Amino acid sequence: MCGIVGLFLKTPRLEDQLGHHFSRMLATMGSRGPDSSGFAIYGNPAPPGSLKVTLQHPADAFDWSAVADSLGERFYKRPTFRVVSTHAVFTVAAAEAEVRKLLGSAHPDVTIMSVGMNIEIMKEVGTPESVIARFGLEKVVGSHAIGHTRMATESAVTTQGSHPFSTGFDLCLVHNGSLSNHSRLRDNLRREGIVFQTDNDSEVAAGYLTSHLRKGETLAGSLTHALQDLDGFYTFTVGTSRGFAVLRDRIACKPAIIAETDEYVAMASEFRALAVLPGIAEARLWEPEPATVYSWSRAA
Amino acid sequence: MKTTTEERVVDLTATSVRELNHALHQLRHVDGPGHWHVREPRGAHSVACGLDVNVRVEVDGPTGYYCAGMNQAATVILHGNTGTGVAENMMSGFVHVRGNASQSAGASGHGGLLVIDGNAGARCGISMKGIDIVVKGSVGHMSAFMAQAGNLVVCGDAGEALGDSIYEARIFVRGKAADLGADCIEKEMREEHRRLLADLLARANLDHAPGEFRRYGSARRLYNFQKGHAGHY
Repeated sequence: MCGIVGLFLKTPRLEDQLGHHFSRMLATMGSRGPDSSGFAIYGNPAPPGSLKVTLQHPADAFDWSAVADSLGERFYKRPTFRVVSTHAVFTVAAAEAEVRKLLGSAHPDVTIMSVGMNIEIMKEVGTPESVIARFGLEKVVGSHAIGHTRMATESAVTTQGSHPFSTGFDLCLVHNGSLSNHSRLRDNLRREGIVFQTDNDSEVAAGYLTSHLRKGETLAGSLTHALQDLDGFYTFTVGTSRGFAVLRDRIACKPAIIAETDEYVAMASEFRALAVLPGIAEARLWEPEPATVYSWSRAA
Repeated sequence: MKTTTEERVVDLTATSVRELNHALHQLRHVDGPGHWHVREPRGAHSVACGLDVNVRVEVDGPTGYYCAGMNQAATVILHGNTGTGVAENMMSGFVHVRGNASQSAGASGHGGLLVIDGNAGARCGISMKGIDIVVKGSVGHMSAFMAQAGNLVVCGDAGEALGDSIYEARIFVRGKAADLGADCIEKEMREEHRRLLADLLARANLDHAPGEFRRYGSARRLYNFQKGHAGHY
């Protein structure tokens, strides 16, 4: 099954309330996916010349200062970081590839959840309520957010197998469905240099988009290609630093509904998750058509 | 919750769907099951399911999956949009959606009448087995997929692969069918079909002329597999 939700604000007015509204949407989808839950928040950007790197370690009292020390040694400036439960968000003044390389060798037990200017991905095993409480999601501020409640089918119930998946800069993807040709696609994408952390089918979809975006394609263009190359069932919701998109496969048996007002675009697996939003009674509501790319973006 | 024969109001922010449905199921033990109003459904699933008496239930607001499923004899009016599988497996009675319906509306229905004022999503009338469905707007792709009996009336347009692998149901479309599924063909509209359609339109309170519709049904090439027909699937 699985539940997915996304909330994209068109104007800054509701940004202070993003976490509040988005938490309520995510919690409602617990009945579709009680195994694990996660979200990507697009919040305040890192300062110019820096990146936000969100890391995870399963130990509750993990010593994140050791990670800051090694990043500081390598890049001459000790990064600032804030710890959020099992995750920590570092602001690092270095290039993405270098950061990934250093962390891979110096701290192989640490998982990189996301890298970008705005994105922070946090996910854990457990119900959405427990994940919302663990990460203080209700108070989070930002321009858009994408979340997932997982009922596992294709791979184990672990933090790493939870959604959203990010394989690229400021990119995240959540998926309801299953892909049947992910194994071959993963092999092909690995040859292009895309790095995968799991055997999960949805991570391959994220890697596929990363590959196309790196070649300079737009988000909408990359998703149009996905219709040709991805075999299986899917409703995807995708986030980039300024963009938000929804795509369903040609059969469209995985549910999706979109609500749009002057202030926001919201999508969810079920209307129940949208019923909690302000102004929903006046929103334009529709079910996305099969094999049709819907995308929105905010001017930089 | 005590069952009575009077007019009842149930607020789903105070009462669970399970309690509501249980109370509605107890109506078989009373005379004159009455008129029920359900408030604040907020997209809840399975509202007014499994009813089996001549009760009238009106639901004010958007509902979720499988509402009015397995209906028998009851009249259920949904004032708002509704989710997947509204009136699925209906046996008899009347379900009226005064909004849009999501996918698989009227799935597997054996009887009764389902009227949708707005549009219906994909696979409307999938595997229908005798239900009558009247959609005032359009229907999505693969509607009447594997339909076996009954009538699907679409006043707007139909999405791709209409009537794919259809058996004996009749499909009437007033607008355009994007394309027809495997073994579904346009058929002649004879007097008996015009009469049938006029009756269905009247029961749905519509005054379209039957002559504005086209009829689609099964070419009956796929009932039994024959090697020579492999190309038709």
